[in-house]
Amino acid sequence: MKKRGLADLFFLLLVGYLILPVLATMLYAFASKWNKTILPEGLTLKWLSTLFQDTEFIQAFGRSVFLAGGAVSIALLIIVPAIFVIVLYFPKYEKWIQMAVVMVYSFPGIILAVGLIRVYSQIGIPMIFVVLGAYVVGILPYIYQGTRNSLRNIDARQLLDAAQLLGASKRQAFTKILLPTVYPGLFAGALLSFSVLFGEFVLINLVVGSRFETVQIYLMKKLSTSGHIASAVVFIYIVLMGLLTFVIAIVTKRSKGATNL
Amino acid sequence: MLITSFQNSDGFTLTQYKAVFTNDYILQGFKNSITLSVISAIIALIVTLFAVYAMMKFSEPVREKILILTNLTSNFSGIPLAFAFIVLLGNSGLFTLLFEKWDIDVLSSFSLYSWGGLLLIYIYFQLPLSLMLLYPIYDGIQQQWKEAAALLGASSWQFWMKIGLPVMLPGIVGTFSVLFANAMGAYASAYALTSSNYNLVAIRIGSLIKGDIFAQPELASAIAVILAVTMVTAMLISEWSISKTRRKLK
Repeated sequence: MKKRGLADLFFLLLVGYLILPVLATMLYAFASKWNKTILPEGLTLKWLSTLFQDTEFIQAFGRSVFLAGGAVSIALLIIVPAIFVIVLYFPKYEKWIQMAVVMVYSFPGIILAVGLIRVYSQIGIPMIFVVLGAYVVGILPYIYQGTRNSLRNIDARQLLDAAQLLGASKRQAFTKILLPTVYPGLFAGALLSFSVLFGEFVLINLVVGSRFETVQIYLMKKLSTSGHIASAVVFIYIVLMGLLTFVIAIVTKRSKGATNL
Repeated sequence: MLITSFQNSDGFTLTQYKAVFTNDYILQGFKNSITLSVISAIIALIVTLFAVYAMMKFSEPVREKILILTNLTSNFSGIPLAFAFIVLLGNSGLFTLLFEKWDIDVLSSFSLYSWGGLLLIYIYFQLPLSLMLLYPIYDGIQQQWKEAAALLGASSWQFWMKIGLPVMLPGIVGTFSVLFANAMGAYASAYALTSSNYNLVAIRIGSLIKGDIFAQPELASAIAVILAVTMVTAMLISEWSISKTRRKLK
């Protein structure tokens, strides 16, 4: 059928369009010289190894991991228990969380940055903590989605009641029954948040600036000096994102399979 | 919640807003941003509408793999994305050289560092999002409906025109406004590519608070508030129409 062919064509275009830039950047990271030719003149590992010897990069990487990881851990410690309690015992408040989620979605970094600077720059808290706080709030949608879906899937309320009927204390029911069952969903949500925060540039650049150099800021700096180093950074970034996506996919699949039983 | 405190950039008089609406430069920024967002959203929407349709023919595991792949590319945004397009289409980019060699003249009038380049990049980061939002909507169209329609003598074309598209329409509108909001708020890739040379709202705000020229936080707040109102409206429209679709599909 003719229409079918057209749709297929669009599909191929889409996939090609999405993959091509990724591939080109990865190739560029290994190219020894690629200025005047269509394909690189040779392949080398030089750029990657220079990158790994650059303490500035290692430090920037560490800062990114620290910042994103810190925000995710705080969110897990504070937001997750709150979501548990609300979903399990106060379902009528759930719509407020949902509203907060929509709010988070509709305030992109660029608007948030203005507000953050206006509100917090006079108080004297180091801006890096402000950004950290904003990150914690910013990943609320991902964490909320992950937690709520897994709570829904297992019918958490009934499980808890059953455990308590069988003589478990509230605490035992929580830690022994509930946490292990929602763990995969939470884990996937946490990884997703981490990968989103790892790529965040707007807030950190506008609010804190180069005083706290993350991988993204390092990359921005290298963009104007060395294309090869920049592409090596992007290469590592892509590999990391690929790994995270892969793990998320596996975890979600497994948790889906578990609830189907 | 905390978020409400973020948007609380109080203390301005109306003069800021007056300044925004009378400043041609800022108005132009808004115009550029809106044009760019609308066009990129429409193109992404049309492409993914067909692409998801084609995707539906694959088996479930294959579709899941495609979704994982798009998920991965949706992480590929901001500065890395801008860089990738420089590799492909920049001054000594792959395609630039390729077309030069073949003596094809399409690119000579094209510059990555202007409107056309921005549009390509915006479309790139719109596509995965659009795909992920449209997929569940398509998924809701049930095989039985098609069979029922076919039994009653409708052609596939008639089915989509009379049943499929109308059912999905609110979902499509919702997806469109999410995409629109997504593009309006995008900052990093445009910044990396044109380093505040191209006039977009987000870039304007950025340079006003960062003080690339001279910092004017009050004016930046005023622009940000207007932008925020636009975004919230878009998000509300999408929430409303997506929930409407969901109800229909049930």
